[in-house]
Amino acid sequence: MTIDLPVIWYLLIGFAVAMYVMMDGFSLGVGILFPFIKGDENRDVMMNTVAPVWDGNQTWMILGGAGLYGAFPLAYAVILPAMYLPLILMLLALIFRGIAFEFRFKSNRSRKWFDLAFSGGAMVATFSQGVVLGGIVNGLSVSERAYQGGTFDWFSPFALFTGLALMAGYALLGAGWLIMKTEGDLQNRFYQLARPLTLLLVASMIVISVWTPLSNGRIAERWFTFPNIAWFAPVPILVALLSWSIWNGVTHSHERRLFFKVLGLFFLGLSGLVISFFPLIIPPNITLWDAASARASQSFLIVGYVILVPIVLAYTAYSYYVFRGKVRHGEGYH
Amino acid sequence: MLGFEALDLARFQFAFTVSFHILFPAFSIGLASYLMVLEGLWLKTGNEIYHNLYRFWVRIFAVVFGLGVVSGVVMAYQFGTNWSGFAERAGDITGVLLTYEVLTAFFMEAGFLGIMLFGEGRVSKRLHFSATCLVAIGTLISMTWILMSNSWMQTPAGYEVIDGRFEPANWLEIMFNPSFPYRIVHMGLAAFISVGFVVGGVGAYHLLRDRRDQAARKMFSMAMWAILVALPVQIIAGDMHGLNTLEHQPAKVAAMEGHWENEPDEKGMPLVLFALPSMDDGANHFELKVPYASSLILTHTLDGKIQGLKDWPRDEWPDVPLVFWSFRIMVGLGMLMLGMGVVGLFLRWRGQLYEARWFQRIALFTTPVGFIALLAGWITTEAGRQPWVVYGMLRTEDAVSTHSVASMMTTLVGFMVVYAIIFGIGIYYMLRLIKSEPMNMVPSGGPGHERQPKRPMSAADGSFEEQN
Repeated sequence: MTIDLPVIWYLLIGFAVAMYVMMDGFSLGVGILFPFIKGDENRDVMMNTVAPVWDGNQTWMILGGAGLYGAFPLAYAVILPAMYLPLILMLLALIFRGIAFEFRFKSNRSRKWFDLAFSGGAMVATFSQGVVLGGIVNGLSVSERAYQGGTFDWFSPFALFTGLALMAGYALLGAGWLIMKTEGDLQNRFYQLARPLTLLLVASMIVISVWTPLSNGRIAERWFTFPNIAWFAPVPILVALLSWSIWNGVTHSHERRLFFKVLGLFFLGLSGLVISFFPLIIPPNITLWDAASARASQSFLIVGYVILVPIVLAYTAYSYYVFRGKVRHGEGYH
Repeated sequence: MLGFEALDLARFQFAFTVSFHILFPAFSIGLASYLMVLEGLWLKTGNEIYHNLYRFWVRIFAVVFGLGVVSGVVMAYQFGTNWSGFAERAGDITGVLLTYEVLTAFFMEAGFLGIMLFGEGRVSKRLHFSATCLVAIGTLISMTWILMSNSWMQTPAGYEVIDGRFEPANWLEIMFNPSFPYRIVHMGLAAFISVGFVVGGVGAYHLLRDRRDQAARKMFSMAMWAILVALPVQIIAGDMHGLNTLEHQPAKVAAMEGHWENEPDEKGMPLVLFALPSMDDGANHFELKVPYASSLILTHTLDGKIQGLKDWPRDEWPDVPLVFWSFRIMVGLGMLMLGMGVVGLFLRWRGQLYEARWFQRIALFTTPVGFIALLAGWITTEAGRQPWVVYGMLRTEDAVSTHSVASMMTTLVGFMVVYAIIFGIGIYYMLRLIKSEPMNMVPSGGPGHERQPKRPMSAADGSFEEQN
């Protein structure tokens, strides 16, 4: 009996990426929402809601990246050079955001600069991630096991649009998170922001869903042929239901539901991607089996993954448990 | 010609980011072990000086660790962005080792760093000490995986080449490749020694301010003992590492020695103390030599033969002046550091260790020498591996991504500007922490508080703008 290890690794890396998008998504969203909120104290509270967990959240990106390197070296060696400039921009932006976490609370005169580093870093990092996603969906030029395209191949209206769409998405996630973690006037502000952001995100998802098959014949074929269309139909229907539920739920002040509903939207978006591209790992024509590392590599690595990832998950859950509850003014630092 | 320039920029970018990065893990490795010793001594003896020192250094550890993580993320992505040929061909091996490093390093970090930094008073002393030990062990495990990967690139083993790609054949041979044992000992000791000089320098700084400061005396004394013990071991380890390099990478040794031609039959090889090696002439200018000494050091016999660089084709030579001089800087500083240990012992014997201000000034001045030697050592081994990425198997020029000069230049400038800002702020803050009085480490209410940002650097409390 042989196990299809590449498929398992595809799912494991997909899991790490999904964890990253959901968890660092709201952390980055908090930064994107900074300009909408005035006052040092309010911003302190916002930052403190994510300060205890953000680097654990970011771990998943490194795990996803390193896993791709070990399990699908070809994908790693093609996607990273193809997305060179947006990826470097993302790394530099994440450095600024990370350092702002450390130093904002220790600064007085320079606080506005750390606000800028935190918020600007989050925006640029998010936009870059969206551009990378859009660029990959557009497809990469590969031959002889190397990227053959140019430095700016990623630069397309579609990729720029996915960058903006991801900013809307993370902002909504951030708002959902902050509704859970704050109270009073500050919380009301996020309730107010939730509907416009939902509108933005849903509109973006519609645009992307129309744009993608129009510019990509292979996906159009996959989506609109019977019986596929019957299998895929639940995704847009669920998206519509969830969006309506978010829109409607804002007035009911259900503090926790909104966040998890937005997570649901993200999950549906990711599953839409998998449905559209499986088993491709680099569109338009590199499959996960083409890109897989040797069986000896994948099987050696899976041992560590299986043992260590649950431990990381357990710690993550514990850390969220320790820092549960509302964050208030004047708390969390001195 | 443009391709060459992009390769040079890629190499320079990697050298720049990795040199910056390596200082912080080395600092963390040594400091975590020092903290483990301090807390262990405090628990064993109940002496509050050790506890004070722990609190003093753990804040600095927090900053160092934070900067190491931030610069490490960049490294993890550089293999793909800038060296995609390497990632594609060697990813089956190096990618797996890196993933294990990420998994184990984050496992330790996520699990125990928070408790170590903020757990005092919230968990039992025993659990807190366990957390400190696990963080220290975690940094060592992390170093182990990275050095396995690097050693494999230097002395590849346990692989088979299939369609131009390195596939794993025997993981034990890959992990415990021929140069790994020497490298890990040499690097581990280098980290301990570097931190020994930092602790010694900081101790000297506070001794110069106040010779009665018990904590300053203690750290200065501990550092001098550590230096005295570690340096002779390091010199032996370095010698053994050199023999290993001669066996597996003889061209690197030839470059380190500035040795161009094979010696005539009856003569041993001299040790070149000083020279200006010229790649164009294939010879050294202004040579200062000690007869037979190289043969003695490298083969432990008077007439041992060492291959000269001209035995290899010209396009397989590393950059000789760079390797030659970085090696001499490392060895020279090693001798200087050994001298510090011996003088420290002599002053201790005379009962003047805490009185001799001239010696403390030298110790303060030599605070960074461990790190400089460590960087010089890495330049020797990495530049000496050229023109290969995987020694003898994969050339650097075949490993690099095909980026334009313009985009390589743009990102390089981006890294330099951002690193200058970020590490400038970080180091400035660290210096402020170092200046604070080690005897006054009263536990502040901050980091232990409910919902205090549980971040490495948040353990370092206090505004970094106001004067102390």
